[in-house]
Amino acid sequence: MGSLNLKSIRKAFGTHEVLKGIDLEVKDGEFVIFVGPSGCGKSTLLRVIAGLEDATSGSVQIDGKEVITTPPAKRGIAMVFQSYALYPHLTVKDNMGLGLKQMGAPRAEIDAKVGKASTMLSLDPYLARRPAELSGGQRQRVAIGRAIVREPKLFLFDEPLSNLDAALRVNTRLEIARLHRSLKATMIYVTHDQVEAMTLADKIVVLNAGQIEQIGSPMELYNKPANVFVAGFIGSPQMNFIEAGRLGDSQAKTIGIRPEHITLSRNGGDWKGKVIHVEHLGADTILYLETEDTGLLTVRLFGEHRYDVDDVVYATPDKALMHRFGADDRVQR
Amino acid sequence: MSKARVSPLRSGFVHLALAGYTAIALFPVLLTILNSFKDRNAIFRTPLTPPTASNFSLIGYETVLSQGDFVGYFQNSLIVTVVSIFFVLLFGAMAAFALSEYRFKGNTMMGLYLAIGIMIPIRLGTVAILQGMVAAGLVNTLTALILVYTAQGLPLAIFILSEFMRTVSDDLKNAGRIDGLSEYAIFFRLVLPLVKPAMATVAVFTMIPIWNDLWFPLILAPGEATKTVTLGSQVFIGQFVTNWNAVLAALSLAIFPVLVLYVIFSRQLIRGITAGAVK
Repeated sequence: MGSLNLKSIRKAFGTHEVLKGIDLEVKDGEFVIFVGPSGCGKSTLLRVIAGLEDATSGSVQIDGKEVITTPPAKRGIAMVFQSYALYPHLTVKDNMGLGLKQMGAPRAEIDAKVGKASTMLSLDPYLARRPAELSGGQRQRVAIGRAIVREPKLFLFDEPLSNLDAALRVNTRLEIARLHRSLKATMIYVTHDQVEAMTLADKIVVLNAGQIEQIGSPMELYNKPANVFVAGFIGSPQMNFIEAGRLGDSQAKTIGIRPEHITLSRNGGDWKGKVIHVEHLGADTILYLETEDTGLLTVRLFGEHRYDVDDVVYATPDKALMHRFGADDRVQR
Repeated sequence: MSKARVSPLRSGFVHLALAGYTAIALFPVLLTILNSFKDRNAIFRTPLTPPTASNFSLIGYETVLSQGDFVGYFQNSLIVTVVSIFFVLLFGAMAAFALSEYRFKGNTMMGLYLAIGIMIPIRLGTVAILQGMVAAGLVNTLTALILVYTAQGLPLAIFILSEFMRTVSDDLKNAGRIDGLSEYAIFFRLVLPLVKPAMATVAVFTMIPIWNDLWFPLILAPGEATKTVTLGSQVFIGQFVTNWNAVLAALSLAIFPVLVLYVIFSRQLIRGITAGAVK
């Protein structure tokens, strides 16, 4: 239904370069997530794909067709915005049907498609209401419905869950995942939340400072981060980074070990340290240690554990799961 | 958390100050209206008292309605004001939209150039305007006044409206673009309804000086057929004798149309439909 091909996309605002040559291929039906810290250019990239921003140079192909000069409405895309961006003066039904109406679709067809989308999102009771009379979650569902009705080749989501509260966010996330499965449509999704990225994506694109750091499935990024940035960005709590020199490794610059790949013991182990702080989360216990060998170390234990501040403990990393990064911050294999 | 409470004494002072200000603002208007219903003698002897049965007189209104074509003057004023407001709002909003929405070379310079009109009074160009109007054959037409007033109102309108338009969510405009709305449709159907309160503010600010203006009607359109109300009432003010009854009556009458327009716009001021557009 919709593939996407980006070739050396560059975008500059004045002299400030926001995108520094992005190449990306998205296959039909894939769920791709752009993730990165704020200001990394992920939203700008989405806007370039949508045609809301002109790229300074490069090519955007949707379904193999060059669309760089095609206006947004003719690109066969639909977009869901962080702020919902519903038309305040139109009812839910008209909000969802406006795109088709502009395309000149007959009334009956619009009604049928709006009906189908509203049933899918359980919006039927609200069709006659205006956006002001809906809750945040309902508004975002209307915005998603507006995108579905257009039956686009490409769905674009711009941080659609950022304005929702935590509980609603999980629900809506589930809804988007189900939607992707039932529509089998190509979706591109921008977020700064790595949990959203890990849970939804087929493929994650990690962006930083206008460049792609790594592309891969969630587990690839988690298990085989290509560089320090990706290693630090994916995974929570963050990976521990230790100066390689302190561990007697002269070839690497930095050693990375995830908090969940460290075991603790009171009796003996590799690194002796003192507990500075403990966080009990029920399913996990997160400890912050100050060790002589590594400095500050975060350790994540599964289940409940009784450790107190100032306890002396020994931490032992799983050597097979350590990541070694060279002087260029790239992984050494 | 306890609710912030204001002491009765303090709120009393606030109300006193507001009431005082209202009284000062309304006093001349009230005086004008009261005295317009008195005979000439009473206007000078007891200017501050309301009309009584003995000195009540409609002579001022009779003079105004019999002398000269006052209905025509009213009509002229109304046409000039309403049409000017329409053009100021239309072109002002369009320019403001362009300045706030599109990035183009010279955007800032253009904005500054258009804002200069706020600081330089248009009357400085009276001679040149008159020459231009004479050359264009527009002297003694309402068109001349409308053109001048539109130019006079635009700078402030553009300044205020472009500030407001910057606050309209980009996402909303982009959603419209993706749904296939043209830039005109986005402007008229999405943006304008959201800046209605600002438009009403601009309308009020634009309307009052136009309605009250004596300068340009006197210079550009002094002919009988194109006289405005403010110019029309000048016939009662002579160098030696002033017909105060008639002047006060004419001014009292002149308040009402502008009051009606104000009420229309001020209802818009409070009727915001922005709620629920974003967030």
